[in-house]
Amino acid sequence: MNPAITLATTRRILSQLRHDHRTLGMLVGVPSLLMILLRYVFDRPERFDALGPLLLGLFPFVVMFVVASVGTLRERTGGTLERLMTMPAGRLDLLLGYALAFGLVALVQVGVVLAISLTWLGLDLAGSVASLVLVAVLDALLGMALGLFASAFARTEFQAVQFMPAFVLPQVLLCGLIMPRDQMASWLEAVSTVLPLTYAVEAMQEVARRPQVTGTLVTDMAIIAGCTLLALLLGAATLRRRTP
Amino acid sequence: MMNKSPAVSVHGLRVVRGGREVLHDLSFDVPRGSVVGLLGPSGCGKTTLLRALVGVQIVAGGTVIVLGEPAGSPALRRRVGYATQKPAVYADLSVRENLRYFAAVLRAPRSDADRVTDEVGLGDARDQLASTLSGGQLSRANLAVALLGAPELLVLDEPTVGLDPVLRRELWDLFHDLAGRGTTLVVSSHVMDEAGRTDRLLLMREGTILADGGPAALRERTGAPDLEAAFLRLIEQAAGSPA
Repeated sequence: MNPAITLATTRRILSQLRHDHRTLGMLVGVPSLLMILLRYVFDRPERFDALGPLLLGLFPFVVMFVVASVGTLRERTGGTLERLMTMPAGRLDLLLGYALAFGLVALVQVGVVLAISLTWLGLDLAGSVASLVLVAVLDALLGMALGLFASAFARTEFQAVQFMPAFVLPQVLLCGLIMPRDQMASWLEAVSTVLPLTYAVEAMQEVARRPQVTGTLVTDMAIIAGCTLLALLLGAATLRRRTP
Repeated sequence: MMNKSPAVSVHGLRVVRGGREVLHDLSFDVPRGSVVGLLGPSGCGKTTLLRALVGVQIVAGGTVIVLGEPAGSPALRRRVGYATQKPAVYADLSVRENLRYFAAVLRAPRSDADRVTDEVGLGDARDQLASTLSGGQLSRANLAVALLGAPELLVLDEPTVGLDPVLRRELWDLFHDLAGRGTTLVVSSHVMDEAGRTDRLLLMREGTILADGGPAALRERTGAPDLEAAFLRLIEQAAGSPA
Protein backbone atom coordinates (compact mmCIF):
# COMPACT_ATOMS: atom_id res chain seq x y z
CA MET A 1 0.00 0.00 0.00
CA ASN A 2 1.41 3.34 -1.04
CA PRO A 3 -0.75 6.50 -1.05
CA ALA A 4 1.64 8.29 -3.43
CA ILE A 5 1.12 5.61 -6.10
CA THR A 6 -2.64 5.64 -5.49
CA LEU A 7 -2.82 9.41 -5.96
CA ALA A 8 -0.53 9.32 -9.01
CA THR A 9 -2.85 6.70 -10.53
CA THR A 10 -5.92 8.83 -9.79
CA ARG A 11 -4.26 11.85 -11.39
CA ARG A 12 -3.25 9.78 -14.41
CA ILE A 13 -6.80 8.48 -14.99
CA LEU A 14 -8.25 11.97 -14.64
CA SER A 15 -5.68 13.29 -17.16
CA GLN A 16 -6.69 10.55 -19.58
CA LEU A 17 -10.32 11.60 -19.24
CA ARG A 18 -9.40 15.26 -19.60
CA HIS A 19 -7.86 14.54 -22.99
CA ASP A 20 -11.00 12.66 -24.03
CA HIS A 21 -13.61 15.44 -24.31
CA ARG A 22 -16.21 13.26 -25.92
CA THR A 23 -16.23 10.68 -23.13
CA LEU A 24 -16.28 13.43 -20.54
CA GLY A 25 -19.21 15.09 -22.29
CA MET A 26 -21.13 11.83 -22.47
CA LEU A 27 -20.44 10.97 -18.83
CA VAL A 28 -22.30 14.11 -17.78
CA GLY A 29 -24.56 14.77 -20.77
CA VAL A 30 -26.18 11.36 -21.26
CA PRO A 31 -27.62 10.96 -17.74
CA SER A 32 -28.80 14.59 -17.81
CA LEU A 33 -30.59 14.03 -21.10
CA LEU A 34 -32.18 10.80 -19.87
CA MET A 35 -33.42 12.55 -16.74
CA ILE A 36 -35.00 15.33 -18.80
CA LEU A 37 -36.65 12.73 -21.06
CA LEU A 38 -37.96 10.84 -18.06
CA ARG A 39 -39.51 13.98 -16.59
CA TYR A 40 -41.44 14.77 -19.76
CA VAL A 41 -42.33 11.16 -20.59
CA PHE A 42 -44.18 10.89 -17.28
CA ASP A 43 -45.36 14.47 -17.27
CA ARG A 44 -46.72 13.87 -13.77
CA PRO A 45 -44.58 15.44 -11.04
CA GLU A 46 -45.45 12.83 -8.40
CA ARG A 47 -44.37 9.92 -10.65
CA PHE A 48 -41.14 11.72 -11.43
CA ASP A 49 -40.54 12.36 -7.71
CA ALA A 50 -40.83 8.62 -7.06
CA LEU A 51 -38.74 7.37 -9.99
CA GLY A 52 -36.23 10.16 -10.55
CA PRO A 53 -34.05 9.35 -7.54
CA LEU A 54 -33.96 5.65 -8.50
CA LEU A 55 -32.50 6.56 -11.87
CA LEU A 56 -30.07 8.95 -10.20
CA GLY A 57 -28.73 5.82 -8.51
CA LEU A 58 -28.82 3.69 -11.62
CA PHE A 59 -27.05 5.98 -14.14
CA PRO A 60 -23.70 6.26 -12.36
CA PHE A 61 -23.78 2.51 -11.70
CA VAL A 62 -24.25 1.62 -15.37
CA VAL A 63 -21.89 4.27 -16.76
CA MET A 64 -19.07 3.46 -14.35
CA PHE A 65 -19.44 -0.24 -15.06
CA VAL A 66 -18.84 0.33 -18.75
CA VAL A 67 -16.05 2.89 -18.35
CA ALA A 68 -14.20 0.83 -15.74
CA SER A 69 -14.47 -2.49 -17.57
CA VAL A 70 -13.27 -1.08 -20.89
CA GLY A 71 -10.60 1.04 -19.18
CA THR A 72 -9.10 -1.88 -17.28
CA LEU A 73 -9.31 -4.13 -20.29
CA ARG A 74 -7.24 -1.58 -22.21
CA GLU A 75 -4.65 -1.67 -19.41
CA ARG A 76 -4.54 -5.44 -19.65
CA THR A 77 -4.33 -5.73 -23.42
CA GLY A 78 -2.20 -2.60 -23.97
CA GLY A 79 0.65 -3.93 -21.82
CA THR A 80 0.57 -1.05 -19.33
CA LEU A 81 -0.73 -3.34 -16.61
CA GLU A 82 2.17 -5.74 -17.15
CA ARG A 83 4.55 -2.79 -17.08
CA LEU A 84 3.07 -1.61 -13.77
CA MET A 85 3.37 -5.15 -12.42
CA THR A 86 7.15 -5.02 -13.01
CA MET A 87 7.22 -1.79 -10.98
CA PRO A 88 6.62 -1.27 -7.25
CA ALA A 89 2.87 -0.64 -7.82
CA GLY A 90 0.71 -2.76 -5.54
CA ARG A 91 -2.55 -4.13 -6.88
CA LEU A 92 -4.53 -2.25 -4.24
CA ASP A 93 -2.69 0.99 -5.09
CA LEU A 94 -3.99 0.68 -8.64
CA LEU A 95 -7.52 -0.32 -7.68
CA LEU A 96 -7.85 2.43 -5.10
CA GLY A 97 -6.46 4.89 -7.63
CA TYR A 98 -9.21 3.81 -10.00
CA ALA A 99 -11.85 4.00 -7.27
CA LEU A 100 -10.82 7.52 -6.27
CA ALA A 101 -10.74 8.81 -9.85
CA PHE A 102 -14.10 7.31 -10.79
CA GLY A 103 -15.59 8.35 -7.45
CA LEU A 104 -14.68 11.97 -8.23
CA VAL A 105 -16.11 11.68 -11.74
CA ALA A 106 -19.30 10.20 -10.27
CA LEU A 107 -19.54 13.12 -7.87
CA VAL A 108 -19.47 15.59 -10.78
CA GLN A 109 -21.91 13.49 -12.79
CA VAL A 110 -24.41 13.17 -9.96
CA GLY A 111 -23.93 16.83 -9.03
CA VAL A 112 -24.87 18.06 -12.49
CA VAL A 113 -27.82 15.68 -12.96
CA LEU A 114 -29.10 16.46 -9.49
CA ALA A 115 -28.81 20.21 -10.02
CA ILE A 116 -30.83 19.96 -13.25
CA SER A 117 -33.40 17.71 -11.57
CA LEU A 118 -33.91 19.90 -8.52
CA THR A 119 -34.16 23.19 -10.39
CA TRP A 120 -35.40 22.86 -13.97
CA LEU A 121 -37.23 19.54 -13.61
CA GLY A 122 -38.71 20.40 -10.21
CA LEU A 123 -37.79 17.15 -8.45
CA ASP A 124 -39.27 17.07 -4.96
CA LEU A 125 -37.09 15.03 -2.64
CA ALA A 126 -38.35 13.94 0.80
CA GLY A 127 -34.88 13.00 2.10
CA SER A 128 -31.71 15.06 2.19
CA VAL A 129 -29.62 15.90 -0.85
CA ALA A 130 -26.51 14.76 1.00
CA SER A 131 -27.77 11.21 1.51
CA LEU A 132 -28.85 11.03 -2.12
CA VAL A 133 -25.41 12.09 -3.30
CA LEU A 134 -23.77 9.62 -0.94
CA VAL A 135 -25.92 6.72 -2.18
CA ALA A 136 -25.34 7.72 -5.82
CA VAL A 137 -21.55 7.81 -5.36
CA LEU A 138 -21.65 4.44 -3.59
CA ASP A 139 -23.64 3.08 -6.55
CA ALA A 140 -21.04 4.49 -8.94
CA LEU A 141 -18.23 2.81 -6.99
CA LEU A 142 -20.17 -0.46 -6.98
CA GLY A 143 -20.52 -0.23 -10.77
CA MET A 144 -16.81 0.53 -11.10
CA ALA A 145 -15.78 -2.37 -8.88
CA LEU A 146 -18.01 -4.83 -10.76
CA GLY A 147 -16.68 -3.47 -14.05
CA LEU A 148 -13.08 -4.00 -12.95
CA PHE A 149 -13.89 -7.54 -11.94
CA ALA A 150 -15.85 -8.28 -15.14
CA SER A 151 -12.98 -7.04 -17.30
CA ALA A 152 -10.91 -10.02 -16.18
CA PHE A 153 -13.28 -12.28 -18.12
CA ALA A 154 -13.19 -10.31 -21.35
CA ARG A 155 -10.53 -10.83 -23.98
CA THR A 156 -11.63 -7.99 -26.26
CA GLU A 157 -13.47 -4.69 -25.96
CA PHE A 158 -16.38 -6.27 -27.86
CA GLN A 159 -16.79 -8.78 -25.07
CA ALA A 160 -16.29 -6.17 -22.33
CA VAL A 161 -19.09 -3.99 -23.68
CA GLN A 162 -21.42 -6.99 -23.79
CA PHE A 163 -20.82 -7.71 -20.14
CA MET A 164 -22.83 -4.57 -19.43
CA PRO A 165 -26.19 -6.08 -20.40
CA ALA A 166 -25.11 -9.43 -18.95
CA PHE A 167 -24.15 -8.08 -15.51
CA VAL A 168 -26.48 -5.10 -15.34
CA LEU A 169 -29.80 -5.81 -17.07
CA PRO A 170 -30.79 -8.84 -14.97
CA GLN A 171 -30.15 -6.75 -11.88
CA VAL A 172 -32.26 -3.91 -13.29
CA LEU A 173 -35.13 -6.32 -14.00
CA LEU A 174 -35.01 -7.83 -10.53
CA CYS A 175 -34.16 -4.84 -8.35
CA GLY A 176 -37.74 -3.67 -7.84
CA LEU A 177 -37.64 -0.82 -10.30
CA ILE A 178 -39.95 -2.44 -12.84
CA MET A 179 -41.97 -4.71 -10.56
CA PRO A 180 -42.08 -4.49 -6.75
CA ARG A 181 -40.01 -7.38 -5.41
CA ASP A 182 -42.77 -8.73 -3.14
CA GLN A 183 -44.95 -9.24 -6.21
CA MET A 184 -42.39 -11.40 -8.00
CA ALA A 185 -42.30 -15.20 -7.93
CA SER A 186 -40.61 -16.26 -4.71
CA TRP A 187 -37.53 -17.71 -6.42
CA LEU A 188 -37.02 -14.45 -8.31
CA GLU A 189 -37.37 -12.51 -5.12
CA ALA A 190 -34.77 -14.79 -3.55
CA VAL A 191 -32.39 -14.13 -6.43
CA SER A 192 -32.93 -10.39 -6.11
CA THR A 193 -31.90 -10.43 -2.45
CA VAL A 194 -28.36 -11.47 -3.39
CA LEU A 195 -27.97 -8.88 -6.16
CA PRO A 196 -26.34 -5.64 -5.00
CA LEU A 197 -28.38 -3.31 -7.25
CA THR A 198 -31.50 -4.28 -5.26
CA TYR A 199 -30.07 -2.46 -2.25
CA ALA A 200 -28.98 0.52 -4.35
CA VAL A 201 -32.55 1.00 -5.56
CA GLU A 202 -34.03 0.38 -2.12
CA ALA A 203 -31.69 3.00 -0.63
CA MET A 204 -32.78 5.52 -3.25
CA GLN A 205 -36.43 4.74 -2.51
CA GLU A 206 -35.81 5.51 1.14
CA VAL A 207 -34.20 8.84 0.23
CA ALA A 208 -37.08 9.68 -2.12
CA ARG A 209 -39.82 8.91 0.42
CA ARG A 210 -38.58 9.64 3.91
CA PRO A 211 -37.12 12.82 5.35
CA GLN A 212 -35.05 11.08 8.05
CA VAL A 213 -32.13 8.71 7.70
CA THR A 214 -33.80 5.35 8.29
CA GLY A 215 -32.28 2.11 9.52
CA THR A 216 -33.08 0.53 6.15
CA LEU A 217 -31.10 3.26 4.40
CA VAL A 218 -28.05 2.73 6.60
CA THR A 219 -28.22 -1.05 6.15
CA ASP A 220 -28.55 -0.64 2.39
CA MET A 221 -25.53 1.66 2.23
CA ALA A 222 -23.49 -0.78 4.29
CA ILE A 223 -24.46 -3.63 1.95
CA ILE A 224 -23.53 -1.58 -1.15
CA ALA A 225 -20.18 -0.63 0.39
CA GLY A 226 -19.56 -4.27 1.37
CA CYS A 227 -20.34 -5.54 -2.13
CA THR A 228 -18.04 -2.88 -3.60
CA LEU A 229 -15.21 -3.96 -1.34
CA LEU A 230 -15.78 -7.62 -2.16
CA ALA A 231 -15.79 -6.91 -5.91
CA LEU A 232 -12.59 -4.87 -5.56
CA LEU A 233 -10.86 -7.70 -3.70
CA LEU A 234 -12.02 -10.20 -6.33
CA GLY A 235 -10.80 -7.74 -8.97
CA ALA A 236 -7.42 -7.50 -7.23
CA ALA A 237 -7.13 -11.28 -7.35
CA THR A 238 -7.47 -11.16 -11.14
CA LEU A 239 -4.51 -8.78 -11.55
CA ARG A 240 -1.61 -11.18 -11.84
CA ARG A 241 2.06 -10.37 -11.76
CA ARG A 242 3.02 -13.60 -13.48
CA THR A 243 1.13 -14.80 -16.53
CA PRO A 244 1.56 -17.88 -18.75
CA MET B 1 31.68 -0.27 -6.12
CA MET B 2 32.59 -3.36 -8.09
CA ASN B 3 30.35 -6.34 -7.77
CA LYS B 4 31.77 -9.43 -9.42
CA SER B 5 28.68 -11.61 -9.15
CA PRO B 6 26.81 -11.79 -12.46
CA ALA B 7 23.88 -9.42 -13.07
CA VAL B 8 21.79 -12.30 -14.36
CA SER B 9 22.27 -15.97 -13.67
CA VAL B 10 19.94 -18.42 -15.39
CA HIS B 11 20.11 -22.11 -14.65
CA GLY B 12 18.07 -24.90 -16.22
CA LEU B 13 15.23 -22.56 -17.19
CA ARG B 14 12.22 -24.27 -18.74
CA VAL B 15 9.01 -22.54 -19.81
CA VAL B 16 5.82 -24.19 -21.05
CA ARG B 17 3.28 -22.14 -22.97
CA GLY B 18 0.06 -23.50 -24.41
CA GLY B 19 1.04 -27.06 -23.46
CA ARG B 20 4.31 -26.89 -25.39
CA GLU B 21 7.78 -26.40 -23.96
CA VAL B 22 9.13 -23.20 -25.55
CA LEU B 23 12.34 -22.78 -23.54
CA HIS B 24 14.39 -25.94 -23.06
CA ASP B 25 16.78 -26.03 -20.11
CA LEU B 26 18.53 -22.69 -20.69
CA SER B 27 21.60 -21.76 -18.65
CA PHE B 28 23.77 -18.66 -18.97
CA ASP B 29 25.24 -15.75 -17.02
CA VAL B 30 25.30 -12.05 -17.85
CA PRO B 31 28.25 -10.12 -16.37
CA ARG B 32 27.61 -6.69 -14.85
CA GLY B 33 28.14 -3.57 -16.90
CA SER B 34 27.90 -5.26 -20.30
CA VAL B 35 25.61 -5.02 -23.30
CA VAL B 36 24.36 -8.50 -24.12
CA GLY B 37 22.48 -9.10 -27.34
CA LEU B 38 19.82 -11.76 -27.50
CA LEU B 39 19.53 -12.69 -31.15
CA GLY B 40 17.43 -15.13 -33.03
CA PRO B 41 14.57 -15.41 -35.47
CA SER B 42 11.05 -14.35 -34.58
CA GLY B 43 9.35 -17.03 -32.46
CA CYS B 44 12.55 -18.54 -31.02
CA GLY B 45 11.62 -17.60 -27.43
CA LYS B 46 13.44 -14.27 -26.96
CA THR B 47 10.44 -12.46 -25.50
CA THR B 48 9.57 -15.38 -23.23
CA LEU B 49 13.14 -15.42 -21.91
CA LEU B 50 13.11 -11.66 -21.28
CA ARG B 51 9.75 -11.96 -19.51
CA ALA B 52 11.30 -14.62 -17.27
CA LEU B 53 14.16 -12.22 -16.43
CA VAL B 54 11.74 -9.52 -15.23
CA GLY B 55 9.61 -12.11 -13.42
CA VAL B 56 6.28 -11.82 -15.23
CA GLN B 57 6.53 -15.21 -16.90
CA ILE B 58 5.27 -18.35 -15.19
CA VAL B 59 8.18 -20.80 -15.42
CA ALA B 60 8.04 -24.59 -15.35
CA GLY B 61 11.49 -25.13 -13.87
CA GLY B 62 14.97 -23.83 -13.22
CA THR B 63 16.22 -20.74 -11.44
CA VAL B 64 16.57 -17.14 -12.59
CA ILE B 65 18.66 -14.94 -10.27
CA VAL B 66 18.75 -11.24 -11.09
CA LEU B 67 21.07 -8.87 -9.18
CA GLY B 68 21.34 -11.47 -6.45
CA GLU B 69 17.58 -11.95 -5.98
CA PRO B 70 15.08 -14.37 -7.53
CA ALA B 71 13.60 -12.74 -10.66
CA GLY B 72 10.46 -10.74 -9.96
CA SER B 73 11.01 -10.33 -6.22
CA PRO B 74 9.68 -7.04 -4.81
CA ALA B 75 13.19 -5.72 -4.05
CA LEU B 76 13.98 -5.80 -7.77
CA ARG B 77 11.03 -3.75 -8.98
CA ARG B 78 12.95 -0.47 -8.89
CA ARG B 79 16.29 -1.95 -9.95
CA VAL B 80 15.18 -3.54 -13.23
CA GLY B 81 13.82 -1.55 -16.19
CA TYR B 82 11.78 -3.39 -18.82
CA ALA B 83 10.56 -2.30 -22.23
CA THR B 84 8.25 -4.64 -24.09
CA GLN B 85 8.40 -4.94 -27.86
CA LYS B 86 4.87 -3.61 -28.27
CA PRO B 87 4.96 -0.13 -26.72
CA ALA B 88 3.20 -0.10 -23.35
CA VAL B 89 2.33 3.53 -22.77
CA TYR B 90 -1.01 5.32 -22.43
CA ALA B 91 -2.07 6.44 -25.90
CA ASP B 92 -4.33 9.16 -24.50
CA LEU B 93 -1.60 10.85 -22.46
CA SER B 94 1.27 13.05 -23.61
CA VAL B 95 4.84 11.74 -23.49
CA ARG B 96 5.52 13.92 -20.45
CA GLU B 97 2.36 12.78 -18.62
CA ASN B 98 3.22 9.15 -19.28
CA LEU B 99 6.75 9.57 -17.96
CA ARG B 100 5.65 11.58 -14.91
CA TYR B 101 3.16 8.88 -14.00
CA PHE B 102 5.60 5.99 -14.28
CA ALA B 103 8.26 8.08 -12.46
CA ALA B 104 5.79 8.57 -9.60
CA VAL B 105 5.09 4.83 -9.44
CA LEU B 106 8.85 4.14 -9.31
CA ARG B 107 9.34 6.97 -6.82
CA ALA B 108 12.00 8.35 -9.16
CA PRO B 109 12.73 12.08 -9.04
CA ARG B 110 10.33 14.23 -11.10
CA SER B 111 13.25 15.58 -13.13
CA ASP B 112 13.83 12.03 -14.43
CA ALA B 113 10.98 12.46 -16.93
CA ASP B 114 12.86 15.23 -18.73
CA ARG B 115 16.21 13.46 -18.47
CA VAL B 116 15.03 10.26 -20.16
CA THR B 117 13.08 12.22 -22.80
CA ASP B 118 16.32 13.87 -23.83
CA GLU B 119 18.27 10.59 -23.66
CA VAL B 120 16.01 8.99 -26.26
CA GLY B 121 15.84 12.19 -28.32
CA LEU B 122 12.11 12.85 -27.89
CA GLY B 123 12.48 16.45 -26.64
CA ASP B 124 10.46 17.88 -29.53
CA ALA B 125 7.53 15.52 -28.94
CA ARG B 126 7.36 15.99 -25.15
CA ASP B 127 3.84 17.44 -25.14
CA GLN B 128 2.45 15.30 -27.93
CA LEU B 129 -0.17 12.66 -27.14
CA ALA B 130 1.29 9.17 -27.49
CA SER B 131 -1.47 8.29 -29.97
CA THR B 132 -0.11 10.92 -32.39
CA LEU B 133 3.52 9.69 -32.28
CA SER B 134 5.10 7.82 -35.17
CA GLY B 135 6.03 4.17 -34.67
CA GLY B 136 9.66 5.03 -34.04
CA GLN B 137 8.80 7.82 -31.60
CA LEU B 138 6.42 5.52 -29.77
CA SER B 139 9.06 2.84 -29.33
CA ARG B 140 11.48 5.48 -28.02
CA ALA B 141 8.83 6.70 -25.54
CA ASN B 142 8.47 3.08 -24.48
CA LEU B 143 12.24 2.83 -24.01
CA ALA B 144 12.28 6.10 -22.05
CA VAL B 145 9.91 4.60 -19.44
CA ALA B 146 12.38 1.75 -18.88
CA LEU B 147 15.19 4.25 -18.24
CA LEU B 148 13.28 6.02 -15.43
CA GLY B 149 14.91 5.74 -12.02
CA ALA B 150 18.26 4.67 -13.54
CA PRO B 151 17.79 0.91 -13.07
CA GLU B 152 20.84 -1.36 -12.67
CA LEU B 153 19.55 -3.84 -15.23
CA LEU B 154 17.74 -2.92 -18.43
CA VAL B 155 15.78 -5.59 -20.26
CA LEU B 156 14.86 -4.28 -23.71
CA ASP B 157 12.78 -6.27 -26.18
CA GLU B 158 13.62 -5.19 -29.74
CA PRO B 159 14.06 -1.50 -28.85
CA THR B 160 15.37 -0.47 -32.26
CA VAL B 161 12.71 -2.01 -34.51
CA GLY B 162 11.52 0.37 -37.20
CA LEU B 163 14.05 3.10 -36.44
CA ASP B 164 16.14 4.79 -39.09
CA PRO B 165 19.86 3.89 -39.12
CA VAL B 166 20.99 7.17 -37.55
CA LEU B 167 18.62 6.80 -34.60
CA ARG B 168 19.60 3.17 -34.24
CA ARG B 169 23.24 4.12 -33.95
CA GLU B 170 22.37 6.83 -31.42
CA LEU B 171 20.48 4.34 -29.28
CA TRP B 172 23.30 1.82 -29.39
CA ASP B 173 25.68 4.63 -28.34
CA LEU B 174 23.30 5.35 -25.46
CA PHE B 175 23.31 1.65 -24.46
CA HIS B 176 27.13 1.58 -24.36
CA ASP B 177 27.16 4.85 -22.49
CA LEU B 178 24.84 3.34 -19.87
CA ALA B 179 26.97 0.19 -19.68
CA GLY B 180 30.03 2.39 -19.17
CA ARG B 181 28.31 3.80 -16.09
CA GLY B 182 27.77 0.28 -14.73
CA THR B 183 24.30 -0.57 -16.07
CA THR B 184 23.79 -4.06 -17.45
CA LEU B 185 21.70 -4.34 -20.62
CA VAL B 186 20.03 -7.34 -22.19
CA VAL B 187 18.80 -6.28 -25.62
CA SER B 188 16.93 -8.54 -28.02
CA SER B 189 16.91 -8.15 -31.77
CA HIS B 190 16.20 -10.21 -34.84
CA VAL B 191 18.48 -8.10 -37.02
CA MET B 192 21.90 -9.66 -37.36
CA ASP B 193 23.74 -6.42 -38.17
CA GLU B 194 22.95 -5.22 -34.66
CA ALA B 195 24.77 -8.20 -33.19
CA GLY B 196 28.15 -6.66 -33.91
CA ARG B 197 27.37 -3.77 -31.58
CA THR B 198 27.07 -5.95 -28.49
CA ASP B 199 29.75 -7.02 -26.01
CA ARG B 200 28.35 -10.47 -25.92
CA LEU B 201 25.85 -12.49 -27.94
CA LEU B 202 23.36 -15.13 -27.05
CA LEU B 203 22.17 -16.77 -30.25
CA MET B 204 18.82 -18.45 -29.83
CA ARG B 205 16.92 -20.82 -32.02
CA GLU B 206 13.79 -22.86 -31.21
CA GLY B 207 14.00 -22.34 -27.47
CA THR B 208 17.66 -23.23 -27.02
CA ILE B 209 20.86 -21.20 -26.93
CA LEU B 210 23.00 -22.08 -29.94
CA ALA B 211 26.00 -20.00 -28.99
CA ASP B 212 27.15 -17.68 -26.25
CA GLY B 213 30.19 -15.45 -26.72
CA GLY B 214 31.68 -12.24 -28.11
CA PRO B 215 30.85 -11.37 -31.73
CA ALA B 216 34.49 -11.60 -32.83
CA ALA B 217 35.00 -14.94 -31.11
CA LEU B 218 31.88 -16.34 -32.79
CA ARG B 219 33.08 -15.34 -36.23
CA GLU B 220 36.47 -16.85 -35.47
CA ARG B 221 35.07 -20.09 -34.09
CA THR B 222 32.86 -20.71 -37.10
CA GLY B 223 35.28 -19.28 -39.63
CA ALA B 224 32.41 -17.30 -41.16
CA PRO B 225 32.89 -13.86 -42.75
CA ASP B 226 29.94 -12.24 -40.92
CA LEU B 227 27.56 -13.05 -38.09
CA GLU B 228 24.70 -14.02 -40.39
CA ALA B 229 26.90 -16.73 -41.89
CA ALA B 230 28.20 -17.68 -38.45
CA PHE B 231 24.63 -18.19 -37.29
CA LEU B 232 23.89 -20.42 -40.28
CA ARG B 233 26.97 -22.51 -39.65
CA LEU B 234 26.05 -22.97 -36.01
CA ILE B 235 22.59 -24.19 -37.04
CA GLU B 236 24.15 -26.68 -39.47
CA GLN B 237 26.57 -27.91 -36.82
CA ALA B 238 23.73 -28.33 -34.31
CA ALA B 239 21.71 -30.29 -36.87
CA GLY B 240 24.70 -32.45 -37.77
CA SER B 241 25.64 -33.42 -34.24
CA PRO B 242 23.60 -36.00 -32.34
CA ALA B 243 21.42 -33.86 -30.03
